Amino acid sequence: MTEPDHSAAARLRRRLSAADMARVAMFAALIAVLGLPGSFSLFGNAVPITLQTLGVLLAGAILGAWRGPLAVIVLLALVAAGLPLLAGGRGGLGVFAGPSVGYLIGWVVGAFVVGWIIERGGRRPGLHWVLSACLLGSALILLIGVPIQALVTGVPLATTAKLSLAFVPGDAIKSVLAAVVVKGVQRAYPEASPAVRRARQAGDSGLPVHGPR
Amino acid sequence: MLTGAYVARPSPLHHLPAGGKLAALAVACTGLLMVRTPAGVGVATAAVAGLYVVGRIRPAEAWAQVRPLRWFVAAILTVQLLITDVPAAISLTARIVLAVALAGLVTLTTRTTDLMAAMERALRPLRRLGVDPARVALLMSLAIRSVPVVAGIARRVRDAQRARGQERSIRAFAVPLVVGVLRHADTLGEALQARGMDD
Repeated sequence: MTEPDHSAAARLRRRLSAADMARVAMFAALIAVLGLPGSFSLFGNAVPITLQTLGVLLAGAILGAWRGPLAVIVLLALVAAGLPLLAGGRGGLGVFAGPSVGYLIGWVVGAFVVGWIIERGGRRPGLHWVLSACLLGSALILLIGVPIQALVTGVPLATTAKLSLAFVPGDAIKSVLAAVVVKGVQRAYPEASPAVRRARQAGDSGLPVHGPR
Repeated sequence: MLTGAYVARPSPLHHLPAGGKLAALAVACTGLLMVRTPAGVGVATAAVAGLYVVGRIRPAEAWAQVRPLRWFVAAILTVQLLITDVPAAISLTARIVLAVALAGLVTLTTRTTDLMAAMERALRPLRRLGVDPARVALLMSLAIRSVPVVAGIARRVRDAQRARGQERSIRAFAVPLVVGVLRHADTLGEALQARGMDD
């Protein structure tokens, strides 16, 4: 097989393989399940804190820059179709008319950026690399979510930003957690690294070949 | 089985096609942006309430749609009252609640499968870009079926954790969970491939 074409247009045109569909579907479900244990709202802010952002970071880090956000989009499409898959059993079109819609858009962008950075970290990106990617991803979710919340609510951006400062410690902890989990998963399952998986898929066309680990 | 907020009931709203309801929702939400006076808020509220009556939605079901906003409404009203006057604060807050209520009404009166079919149809123009709507629909139903599978993996991991006395560590929960999800996904992928999904 020749050098695979990784340009965005070629990726869009290339059909999602059965193996990719299974991973994307399972990770969409994983993000949903991470919202199940329940969520709590910080007093004075409408957006609940949950482990779902952890799932979003994991999807980007493990599935990569294109399948990761796709898993998030699939989850959001199911939510839009009425299924109560967001933390605290939220779901339905109302979620997209409410103040937290910006964070959901941020999830897609965050998963993309985390995946993009990690794909450029080689087969076994170091903890610092993964941690930076996750921190940047979480920061982006806030950077997109907060202005949109301000826009929807009409509350000035500065006030909304101050209210959202309460998220920062939790998001930082979740980023560290995501990085530690990603490293742990890559140790236990080498194909959890997008670069390893890509190399393996480019190297074999159906038959399982054990690539370098 | 995973179900949405849809309530089966004979009403004119239930009989409308999903795509039409989605388009009407988009128009109505845009229209809500124009509502800036208390009188306008009153008219819009009456209209939304009227639609809920036409859809034969019970008060408790309607409340469940806007309930997630309750803290938010308290917070935003407080902030708005500090920076603007009472009419502006009320109309701004009411606009958001009404938009969420309208979107919730579509969810309450439209089957999940109908909404998914409408999305599939909406994706058709993207065919030229290489997006296959049928495959997207398959992907969505695969994801729905995966939710109980992942929940099952999570339950097993939690049981194992309890047996080892490591209930408090999120890492000891998340690593085996994600590895389990990947293993299952890759097996599922092979099964799909064996059924000719890639041909």
